Amino acid sequence: MDAAAEQKYNLGIVRWFTVMAVVYLVVGTLVGTYVASELAWPFLNFDIPYLTFGRLRPLHTNAVIFAFGGCALMATSFYSVQRTCGVRLWSDKLAWFVFIGWNLIIVSAVITLPLGINQAKEYAELEWPIDLAIAVVWLVYMFNFIMTLATRKSSHIYVSNWFFLGMMVMITYLHVVNSLAIPVDLFKSYSLFSGVQDAMIQWWWGHNAVGFYLTAGFLGIMYYFVPKQAGRPVYSYRLSVIHFWALMFGYVWLGAHHLQYTALPDWTGSLGAAVSIAMIIPSWGGAVNGMMTLSGAWDKLRTDYVLRFLIMSLAFYAMSTFEGPIMSIKTVNALSHYTDWTVGHVHSGALGWVAMVAIGAIYHMMTRTFHTEMWSTKLINAHFWTATIGTVVYVVAMWVSGIMQGLMWRAYDEYGTLAYTFAESVEAMHPYYAMRAIGGMIFVTGALLMLINVLMTVRKAASEGSVRAASTAAVSA
Amino acid sequence: MANNNEAVGMQEKMEKNIWMFLFFLAIALSVGGLVEIVPLFLIDDTMEHNKAPELVWQRQAGQTLADHKPGDGMRPYTALELAGRDVYQREGCYLCHSQMIRPFRDEKERYGHYSLASESMYDHPFQWGSKRTGPDFARLGGKYSDDWHRKHLRAPRSVVPESVMPNYPWFQENSVEGVDMAARFSVMQLMGVPYTDEDIASANAELAGKSEEDAMVAYLQVLGTMAKLDDSKAYRE
Repeated sequence: MDAAAEQKYNLGIVRWFTVMAVVYLVVGTLVGTYVASELAWPFLNFDIPYLTFGRLRPLHTNAVIFAFGGCALMATSFYSVQRTCGVRLWSDKLAWFVFIGWNLIIVSAVITLPLGINQAKEYAELEWPIDLAIAVVWLVYMFNFIMTLATRKSSHIYVSNWFFLGMMVMITYLHVVNSLAIPVDLFKSYSLFSGVQDAMIQWWWGHNAVGFYLTAGFLGIMYYFVPKQAGRPVYSYRLSVIHFWALMFGYVWLGAHHLQYTALPDWTGSLGAAVSIAMIIPSWGGAVNGMMTLSGAWDKLRTDYVLRFLIMSLAFYAMSTFEGPIMSIKTVNALSHYTDWTVGHVHSGALGWVAMVAIGAIYHMMTRTFHTEMWSTKLINAHFWTATIGTVVYVVAMWVSGIMQGLMWRAYDEYGTLAYTFAESVEAMHPYYAMRAIGGMIFVTGALLMLINVLMTVRKAASEGSVRAASTAAVSA
Repeated sequence: MANNNEAVGMQEKMEKNIWMFLFFLAIALSVGGLVEIVPLFLIDDTMEHNKAPELVWQRQAGQTLADHKPGDGMRPYTALELAGRDVYQREGCYLCHSQMIRPFRDEKERYGHYSLASESMYDHPFQWGSKRTGPDFARLGGKYSDDWHRKHLRAPRSVVPESVMPNYPWFQENSVEGVDMAARFSVMQLMGVPYTDEDIASANAELAGKSEEDAMVAYLQVLGTMAKLDDSKAYRE
C-alpha cells in the first residue's frame, strides 16, 4: 500500500481510465472478431443494416484505437506524469472533464457509426459535431498535461513525457486539418478537400494516427513502465534522445507511402517511401532501448508475467517496424497494397505491440492504484499466452492470404491472359479468413480473462478497503 | 550534430523548459506535412487536366448536367448520382472497394486505364480506398447492366457465388425523395464544385420517386465514364 502516493497524486482518475480501457479492449476486439467472421461467413450480416461489415468495421477501428487506446493512453499518461514530475495533476476538474467527455464521445461513436453516420474517411469516420467534441476534449487533456509538466518538482522532464507530448501536439494538427469539412446538417458533411489532396491529407492523418497515437504515445508507456516493472533504469539516455527527435521529425513524412502508384504525384509517394525505409533506425532505437533495459535482469521474465507482456510487445514492435519499411519499398508495395498483408501488418502492430504494452502497463497500474495484488496471477499468465497465440494466428493468416491475393491478381496463364478472376481470389481467401477469425477469438478470450481479473481485483480492493485505507493512513512527511 | 556538446546542451535546456521543448517539437512535427501537402495545391502538374484540358467538361451557358455525354469530361455528379454516392459512403463500401487503378499490366486488363488525379477532382471526400476485399470500381460504369447491379445489390451471391458482400435489400425499399439534395449541392458549390444555381434549383425534383437502389445504380454506372482517356497519351510522367 502506497498511502503517500494515494494522497499526493490523483489516482482516482487513473483507476477509472484503467478499468474503462479494459472494458473497451473487450468491446473493440469483440466487434473486430465479429466483422472478421462476417468476411469468412457472410450470413452473419443477417440483412440487418446496423450489423453489416461496412458499418461495423469503423466501429471496430474506432473502438480499439480511440476507446481502448485512448483510455490506455490517458490512464498511463496521467499516472506517469504525476509520478515522474512529483506533483499532482494540475487540475483534477479538467482531468474528470476529459474522462467524462472522452467516454461520451465513445458512446456517441457507438450510436452513430452503426446508423451509417460517417465522413467516409478511414479512422476519421466520426461526423463533424463529434469531431468538434474530440478537439475540445483533446486540447483540455493536452493543456492539463502541459500544465502538470510546467509545475513539476523534478528538474528535468522525463523521457516518457516527451513522447506523450509529441503525440498530443501531432494529433492536434492531424485531427484539426483532416477533419475540416462543411456541414450540410447535423449528421452530414463533406470534406473540405477533394481527390488527390484529400487523399494525401487523409493518409498523412492515417499513418500518423499510427505513428503518433499508437507508436509515440505507446513508446511513452514503454519508457515509464518497462524500467519500473524491471526495476532498472532506461538502457541509454543518449539513444532515447536521438530516437525521439528522429521519430518526431521523420514519422510525419510516411503517410505518402500509402498512395504509391496512385494518382498522387510520384515525388510525394517516393519521398514517403524513402523516409519510411530510414525510419527502421529510430524505430529499432526504441525497441533496443526497451529490451536492453532488461540487461542483467532477464531472469525476471521467468516469474514476472507483466514484464513478459512488455517484452513481447517490444518484440512485436521491432518486427512490425521492420515489416513496415519493407512494405513501403515500391516493388513490395505493388504486391502488398490493397491486400490483407496490410491488415496483417496493422494487427501485428496493434495486437502485438499496442495492446500488449498497454496490457502490461494496465496490470502494473492495477496493483499500484488499487493498493492490492491482482486477483489471479494464473489468469494473467493465461492471458499472456492467449494474447500471443491469438496474435500469431491472426498475423500468419493475413500474411498468407495477402501475398496469395497479390500473386493471384497479377498471375498470367500460358496464353498471356489473366489466370484468375477476382471472384476466384475471393474464394481462395476463405480458409484464411476463417483462420483469422479464430485468431481473433483466441485474443478476445484473453481480453475477457483480463476483464474478469480486473473486475475481481476491484472487488477485492473494495472488500479489503485498500483504497480507503491508503487515502486515510497517516503519512510521515 | 557536428558539435556534440552543443547538441546535448540544447537538449538539456529543453528538458528543463517545457515551453522551449514544445516550441521545437511543434516545428519538428510540422515540416513533413507542409512539404508533402502544400505543393499538391500549388503545382500544376498534380492535376492532369492542366495539360490535357479535354479531361474536364467545358459546360456551355444554359447547359444542364443532363446535356453531358459520356466521354465529354469530368463533371459534377447529378442529384441522383450524388445521392447514390452518399449511400455508398454511409454503408462503408470504400472499406472493401478501391477506386484507384494503378499503372500495371494486370490492373489495366482487369480494370482499365490507370486512374488520373483529375478524375476525382470533384470527389469530396476522395474514395480511392485502401483495400480490395472486392474489386476496384474506378471504371465500373457500363461493365454490367442495371439489372445485374440490382440483383447483385439485393443478394450478391445470387450472381457471384464466391462473394462475401452483405446483402442490401433495404436499398430498394428506402426512398431518397426526402433528401435535401439542393443543400448538398450548395455545400459542394461553396467548395468549388461547378454546380450552377439552376443545378441546385432542380436538384430535389430529380429525386422524385427514386429509391436508394436507383441512386446506387446511377452512381456505380457513371464511375469512370465521364472522361474518355486516350491510351496513346502519357498523362503522367
